Amino acid sequence: MSSRIFAALTRATGGSDSADSDVTTTSEAGSAPARTDGGAAVDGTEDAGASSPSLRSRFRRNRFLESLPFWGPPGLLVLFFVYGAIGWNFVISLTGWEGLGSPDYSSLSTEMYTRLLTDASFHAAFRNTLVLLLAFTVLSLIVGLLVAILVDQKIRLENTFRTIYLLPMSLSFVVTAIFWSWMYNPRIGLVNEVLRGVGLDSLTQAWLSDPQFKLAAIIFALMWQFSGYCMVVYLAGLRAIPDAQYEAARIDGASTLRLYWRVIIPQLRASTMSATVVLVVFALKAFDFLFVLFGVNPGQSADILSVMMYRVAFDRIQWAYGSAVAMVLFAMALGVIGPYLFVQYRRGEL
Amino acid sequence: MSADASDGPFGLDASRIALYAVLLAMVAFYLAPLESGFMTAFKTPDGFRSTTPFALPPLGEFTLSAWGTAFNRLSAGLLNSATMAVPATVLSALFGSLAAYGLTNLSWRGQVGVLMLFVAGVFIPYQAVLVPLTQFWSFVDLGGRIPLGIVSDNEGLINLGITHVAYGIPICTVLFRSYYATIDDEMLEAARLDGASAATVYRRIILPLSIPIFAVTLIYQFTQIWNDLLFAIVLVSDPSNQVVTVALNQLQGSFVQQFNLQMAGAFVAALPTLVVYVLFGEQFAKGVAGDT
Repeated sequence: MSSRIFAALTRATGGSDSADSDVTTTSEAGSAPARTDGGAAVDGTEDAGASSPSLRSRFRRNRFLESLPFWGPPGLLVLFFVYGAIGWNFVISLTGWEGLGSPDYSSLSTEMYTRLLTDASFHAAFRNTLVLLLAFTVLSLIVGLLVAILVDQKIRLENTFRTIYLLPMSLSFVVTAIFWSWMYNPRIGLVNEVLRGVGLDSLTQAWLSDPQFKLAAIIFALMWQFSGYCMVVYLAGLRAIPDAQYEAARIDGASTLRLYWRVIIPQLRASTMSATVVLVVFALKAFDFLFVLFGVNPGQSADILSVMMYRVAFDRIQWAYGSAVAMVLFAMALGVIGPYLFVQYRRGEL
Repeated sequence: MSADASDGPFGLDASRIALYAVLLAMVAFYLAPLESGFMTAFKTPDGFRSTTPFALPPLGEFTLSAWGTAFNRLSAGLLNSATMAVPATVLSALFGSLAAYGLTNLSWRGQVGVLMLFVAGVFIPYQAVLVPLTQFWSFVDLGGRIPLGIVSDNEGLINLGITHVAYGIPICTVLFRSYYATIDDEMLEAARLDGASAATVYRRIILPLSIPIFAVTLIYQFTQIWNDLLFAIVLVSDPSNQVVTVALNQLQGSFVQQFNLQMAGAFVAALPTLVVYVLFGEQFAKGVAGDT
């Protein structure tokens, strides 16, 4: 329908040309840079019959300048606050600035980074961050996937179930930390209460003060908050798989387990990837959660880089060292974003 | 039930029952901390020590006093959060919409590169910008003055709002972009050939089409800004300007064993996002999935 409008408008503005130029138009439209949607390709032939090259190119030529007022101002904010700030952060990490006055930008060194290499508390925080990233991501993906498969069984009240499962994600880390500190309360918290209730008294713990269980308790609570998110992503992925595939597998006599393991789950790769990227981002932001529970000192068994960075920079006022820790955190994020952007680009989704 | 049972691997009635049992167990899992906290918020200190954490308050132990105290303690923070989060949400969504239009519907060479910078911005750990940010805001020091000579005593809160706008733009752009990519280009071409400027096309065609995605983005972004703690503790030093997450954290720290007060406080602070979620859960879910 839109192409009919287009044709009408082209005629109205006097733009009708010979067949020869139509060919040029088509190829020109085809090679137009960065056309990310397939809109033109679908009814390209029809358009070619109605448009003229001069008109087409006139409206394509100055798209950069034309679009600049739209993405320019927000782009400047992003450029300054995100990329400028990260660059500045890197420079600060090279200054060795210890907090008094302003940083001395004239003598830069990598001293802070060599200091990181020999800092035992950094090693602990780095290791804990990796454990948290991995365990939290994998656990949330597994729980999210299982719940998504259950919700996908044409159940009644699907919307209600989904809403409840996703609810924790709408809460702030501050709120969930308060709930979970109550859940984990060794004497009257619900976790130990339930364990006692089912006769597993021996498993009751002081979850948040015992170095052995602290990190695991945090990871479990974070999984509670974000597995619903994985469920939503996986459910969307499952819905995109045609019903015929389930039928075909059933006719072949495949068991349910086999069907999911061999046929369905491999097709959810894209969902897994996008969920992973977002989970990693949340895990890197788990600062708020730990900060409410433990302040700046969660102890070596649960210290993570984002908390260490805040402690070093804002509690101990060692700006340069804190900035260096932040750069490590940024590098970790980049390790996830880079491949993600690359794949998105390859798939034509950027 | 009969129609349902014919499909999916859970064809038998027995397994169907098992399915609902597991789904309900998951409901219990996701709601347990909320339920336990909610019950505790209505109990007196004696009440929450003598009953199980998920039980209803015992007779004579039911009280609303924790709610009253929590609300009094957090009301200033609630107001500060609202005055900061609402404009910051609207502005970041608007900027995101404009950027997405410029980077999606007005195609030009090199567009993908710029778009990548926006998308990558979604994933930046805030710690990586924290030190420069405090430096910047101490240099700029609006001194309670926002441009145009308007004097405000909301210093810190304005800095925080602007910061949230800047860091919200990437995710808003991504959300709008995924929506704008589905708009038929030919329709926009037609309008352009008719003599409409890029701005007119945005105002007359894109904006009216954007209402659903604006809803999604505003809901998602409001939740994010309202829930933030890190930027708030770093950027707002004036105690009278602190936002509700910071106030809640302090409430929790200063009443260590008063669980009823902590739980009531958590619900009071979460109330706006809970209301938004209950009313617009579907849109929130869309925003979340649109992250990808």
